[in-house]
Amino acid sequence: MSQLSTRHLLGIKELSEADIRLVLDTAVNFKEIINRPIKKVPSLRDITIANIFFENSTRTRLSFELAEKRLSADVVNFSSSNSSVKKGETLVDTVNNILAMKVDMVVMRHASPGAPHFLSKNVPANVVNAGDGTHEHPTQALLDAFSMQEKLGDLKGKKIAIIGDILHSRVALSNIFCLQKLGAEVRVCGPVTLLPKYIESLGVKVELDLHKILDWCDVANVLRIQLERQQIKYFPSLREYSLYYGINKKMLDGLKKEIVIMHPGPINRGVELSSDAADSAHSIILDQVENGVAVRMAVLYLLAGTKG
Amino acid sequence: MQKRLVLDQQQIEITLKRFCYQLIENHDDFENTVFLGLQPRGTLLLDKIVPFLKEISGIEVPSGYLDATFHRDDFRRRDFPLKANETKIDFLVEGKKVVLIDDVLYKGRSVRAAMDAMIAFGRPQKVELMVLVDRRLTRDYPILPDYYGIKVNTLDSQYVVVEWVAQGNPADAIWITEKVTSK
Repeated sequence: MSQLSTRHLLGIKELSEADIRLVLDTAVNFKEIINRPIKKVPSLRDITIANIFFENSTRTRLSFELAEKRLSADVVNFSSSNSSVKKGETLVDTVNNILAMKVDMVVMRHASPGAPHFLSKNVPANVVNAGDGTHEHPTQALLDAFSMQEKLGDLKGKKIAIIGDILHSRVALSNIFCLQKLGAEVRVCGPVTLLPKYIESLGVKVELDLHKILDWCDVANVLRIQLERQQIKYFPSLREYSLYYGINKKMLDGLKKEIVIMHPGPINRGVELSSDAADSAHSIILDQVENGVAVRMAVLYLLAGTKG
Repeated sequence: MQKRLVLDQQQIEITLKRFCYQLIENHDDFENTVFLGLQPRGTLLLDKIVPFLKEISGIEVPSGYLDATFHRDDFRRRDFPLKANETKIDFLVEGKKVVLIDDVLYKGRSVRAAMDAMIAFGRPQKVELMVLVDRRLTRDYPILPDYYGIKVNTLDSQYVVVEWVAQGNPADAIWITEKVTSK
C-alpha cells in the first residue's frame, strides 16, 4: 500500500503499523535525496504550508521548514509571540484567517494537548502535529524509529529504554506507541516522581535503576528534564538527578554490549547526558537531526498525496 | 485476454547486441559515458546491456538506477501517491554523456520526469534515450528515442508487457495485451 490511512498526522496512536512502515520506507528515498548535490524535488510545488508555532521550537521548526522547502512547497511561518493571538484571537479564527490565504497544510505546535485534533475537525487543510503539550510529538517518534532502524535493522524484538522525564514528555508517549506498533519492547526509567501513574497500562515496564536498564537495552532514548513544564519540584536538585539518572561515557564503556544513545534535543549537558557520552561513538543524536528532515519530507509528501 | 508476441527471447538478444554495437559506434571508448536505468523496469534492461557490452567491447560503463517518482507531473492527480524506488547513482553526471535506459516509451512523461530528476546529479553534456519498445502513436510530450528495439502501433486500451527471466518468467519476451474491461 502506498497511501496513509489518514489525511492528518495528529498522533502515532491513530496510525497503523502499515502507515508507520510506509513513512519509514518513503523516508529512505528522501534521505538519499537530501544527500544529493541538488537536494530538492518538485513534488509539492503547488502546495502552501503554514508552520504555526504557539510554543518555542528551534530544531522541529527548522526541520519542518527545510523539509517543506526541499519538497518545493511555499512556506509561511507564524509564531504566537508576535501575532494577534496576544490580542485575544481564538485558535480557529487564527488558523481560518491563514487558510483564507489559500494554505493547504498546517503544521502546528501548541501547548494544549489535543489542539491539533480540535483543529483538524474545524479546518479543511491537512494538519500535522508538531507537538501538543505533554501529549504527542509524532514526527519525533517516527524519526527516532527511523534512526533506530537504520542502526539496528527491523525493530521487532529490540529492547528500547526511554530514560528521564517521562511525565512531561510528548516524545515518550509517541515513542511508546510507535515502537510497540513496530514490535519493539519498551521500558521506561526515571525517578518515580517523573513517571506517569498509569504508565504500565500502556504495556511498558518500569525500571528505577539506571544501571539495570542500561544492561537490558539495545537503545537508550534519553529525555530532557523539562524544567519549564514543572510547576513544583519533582527532585531535590539537578545535581542529584544527574548522580542517579545522568549517563556518562564511563558507564557506557562498562557495559557488556554496545548500546545506542539517542536524545531528541536540546540536551542539558551534564544533567541527563555528559558531554563525553553525548559526543561518543554510541551517540546517534546528530543522525536523528538529519533523519528528521527526511522523515518530515515523507510525512508531508504522503499526506499531500492522500485524498480525504 | 488477447495477447500478441512482439519479440521473443532470440529477437530480444539480437536487439540487445544491436544496441551494443550502436553504442560503440556513437560512444567510441565510452570514456565520458554513463548509463542510467529508469526505475522500476528500465533497470532490468540496463542490467542486461552492461554485461553484454562488456562481453563485446571489454568496457564496463559506469551505471546507476534513477527513480523519478518525486518529479512526476501526476502527483495529487492520482488517487494515491506512487511508491518510490531506490535511486543508486554513485557518480555525478556533470559534463557526461548520459544514456537513459527504459523498457517502454509510452507517453514520454516518465522520461521528462527522469530528465528532471537527473539534473540533481549535475549538468550533462548530452543525453540520449534508449528504449526496447517505442509506442509511437501515444506520445504526450515531444520525446523520441535515440535507440529503439522495435516501434509498435498501439492504442491506449493496450498494454506493452516486457517479461524477463530475471523476474522469474520462463523466457525473455515482449507482449501486447488488451486491458481487461468489465462488461
